[in-house]
Formats: sequence, C-alpha cells, structure tokens
Amino acid sequence: MRVMKFLEEFRDLDLAKKLAQKIRETARKDKITLMEVCGTHTMAIHKFGIRGLLPENIRLISGPGCPVCVTPNQYLDRAISFSFKENVLVTTFGDMLRVPGSSMSLELARAQGGKVKMVYSPLEALKLARENPEIKVVFLAVGFETTSPGICVTVAQAEKEKLKNFLVLVGHKLIPPAMEALVKDKRIGVNGFICPAHVSTIIGLAPYQFLARDYGIPCVVAGFEPLDILQGIWMLVEMIEAGEAKVKNQYQRVARESGNKNAQRLLEKFFEPVDSEWRGLGVIPKSGYKLKEEFSHREAEKMIPVKVEETREHKGCRCGEVLQGLIEPKDCPLYGKVCTPESPVGPCMVSSEGSCSAYYKYVGI
Amino acid sequence: MCLAVPMRVEEINGSRAKVDSAGVKVEVDISMTPEVKIGEYVIVHAGFAIEVLKPEEAEETLRLFREIAELAEGESNEVP
Repeated sequence: MRVMKFLEEFRDLDLAKKLAQKIRETARKDKITLMEVCGTHTMAIHKFGIRGLLPENIRLISGPGCPVCVTPNQYLDRAISFSFKENVLVTTFGDMLRVPGSSMSLELARAQGGKVKMVYSPLEALKLARENPEIKVVFLAVGFETTSPGICVTVAQAEKEKLKNFLVLVGHKLIPPAMEALVKDKRIGVNGFICPAHVSTIIGLAPYQFLARDYGIPCVVAGFEPLDILQGIWMLVEMIEAGEAKVKNQYQRVARESGNKNAQRLLEKFFEPVDSEWRGLGVIPKSGYKLKEEFSHREAEKMIPVKVEETREHKGCRCGEVLQGLIEPKDCPLYGKVCTPESPVGPCMVSSEGSCSAYYKYVGI
Repeated sequence: MCLAVPMRVEEINGSRAKVDSAGVKVEVDISMTPEVKIGEYVIVHAGFAIEVLKPEEAEETLRLFREIAELAEGESNEVP
C-alpha cells in the first residue's frame, strides 16, 4: 500500500507518547476540562486512544460538532415528506440516511417508496438535475462552514446553467455562535477549546477571538491527526497554566490566520445568517444560514409545498445533553441497551462521528 | 463530516482538477483555491478543494513535534 503523504507522518506512536509525557509535565492544575467541537476530532480522539495517553487531571469532553447530530427532527421530517412527493428526488450525504426523524429515517422512507439517493458531493446532485430535467432534485445542504462554501459553488453553477430543477434544503450551521451558547451555559465549564481544523480553514482565527477576549477561554485550532491533537492539547494546557487566553493555530500547514477568502466571499454572496435550531441546544441566534433573497428560488422549502408531520422527540434519548458535553454517552439510559449503532434511537449513535457511536465503537458498553 | 484529505493535483482544467491520494484518483472543484499548481497538495472535502497545503509548514510542525519529544526525553532522563 502506498503511503498517504501528509497524513501518516502525523501518526507516529513514539512521538505521540513523548508529546503526552510533555502534557503530563505541564498540566499542574487539579482539573482541566477541554472541549472539542468537531465530530472529526471526537472520532480521532477515540480511534487513536488519545484519552488513554492523557493524565487524569485532563478531561476531554465532546461538544455539538456533528452536523448530522444537531440537525433537528423537523428538518428530517421535511426531507422525508419531499421524498414521497411526485417528481422529486432527495439527494443527501450518506451520514443523514439512517438518522431517525419523528417517525422514520430517510432510509426507511426509501424502503417505503420514497425517492432518496446518496451522493458524495453536491456536484453529483447537480449532475442528476442536469440529466433529469423533468424532476426536481433536492440536495440536503447540511454541514458546518467546511461544507457550506461548496454548496455556494454548486448553486452558482446551477444559476449559470439555468438548471431550475436544482434545489437545496438549507440546514447549514455555524460553529462560533454555538460555542458562545456553550460558554454562556454555566453548567458546562470549559477551560479550553480545541477548534475544528477545517471549519477554521474556511473562517480563519478571528471568529474565535471573542472567546479568549470576553470569556478568557484559550482556543487552539488543531489538525485531525493524533500528533496534531496532542500538540493542540499541549498548547492549550500551557496557556491555561500560564493564565493566558489567546487563539492559536496548530494546523499551520493548512489553516491560514485569515481563513480562505474565496470561500468567505462565496458564503457572503449566497447566504445570510439566521437564528437556527440545534438539537439539544435550542435556537441559537445567527447560527444558521438561509439563501439570500435573490437565490430564494433555490430553496426547496419555498418551491415544494409539503405537509410536514408534527415533530416528536425520541423518548428517553439524551442526545441533547451529550451534545452539550453535560453527560457522557454511558450516562444515557438507552445507551448500549435499546440504542446501538445497528438500531440507533438518537442521532449521536447514528452518525459515525456522533459521540455515542464513537464511544460505542472504541470504549464499549 | 468535516474530514478532508490531502490530495496531489495532477491535472488542471479551468475550475476542475484531477487529484490523487495513494492511487485513488478523483476529479474535484478548485474554484476556492484558484492559485493551486500541478504537483501541489490540496485538502479535499465533498468534492471541493478547500485549501492548498503548505509543505514547509508541515515540515515545521513535524520538526516541532520532534523538538518537544526530545525535550520530554531529556527531562525524563534527569529523573533519578
């Protein structure tokens, strides 16, 4: 097998152990709570056994960093309704297929005759729209700032080609407003944030400054490889021990301080921030996107009228608290009993990046 | 969901590029990284290159790891 360049060098176990030792020496406080707000970090932390390398006084908690997990039932219920509508095809990233809505998932909708197709990129959905002019192709635009600029490129292309049958159901979320909601909640108590690698690649470091300046919480943008995460943790611990709060960048090889300006210009052109509902966190001001008025003819919600069932939450499911880092997956009464990756009740168990799924896979029951 | 991998650019055709990672070849959109050149690495997410990787920064980070590791080793040797 050929080596994946710029990935495998960052997985050296010997170096990882030494970095962990350095962290152990630096962390003097009794308790340091660090939160990662990206599902990809959550996965990597479990997969590479990072917790096992850290001293007991460092606690890592997971935040609401899985876009699939924070998407509310109502969004899914609407997507499912679209799939049963004549001449409509729903296209989605694979992660969304098995997430339970109020009464079913997209996968179950498909089994019952709903038209649902998995794609790897919104550009594939656009291709389907191009090849099937008689049907409306709806793309489920879910994801954080890493994903939303790509939707802009796709919508721009649809505009250019005048493909009227390409529509999006926008469920995009923004990370910094959610971090603010978390720090305002006094129950959580975070001493430092591990900021998401690729969201930060798009938005840069500036959107996190308020956390350091107004709340005194240090932030480090870290890559997704084990050595990146360990170095990020070390940088945070150093700041916490020195009583310093700054925003630093560990992921220098990719994330620029000012982010990707081309991507930011796209976001500004196509989207405007709106108040948005997050599963477990409720409505957070200016934490979501909708298409700007001039592109509103691309909004599936507006262009395809459907009846959406009344939202019902899953009884006993504590995903909401898991998403805020208030409880660990094992503290939920459903975890590992009625809720497993084979038969998930809540979204945190469905998505491979969900806290419960990662916990189940790497820690067990 | 925010996973994105470094892939080497092999061919550029307007806003599209052919990229490769360990033998896996795909076509991606490069309109967010118009400055990218053949032979450079881009970070690919859901069919889009979201940034160009800086190899010299990657080297610098790896050098830092080693430095920290050596430091940790040095200190641990001092412990009786």
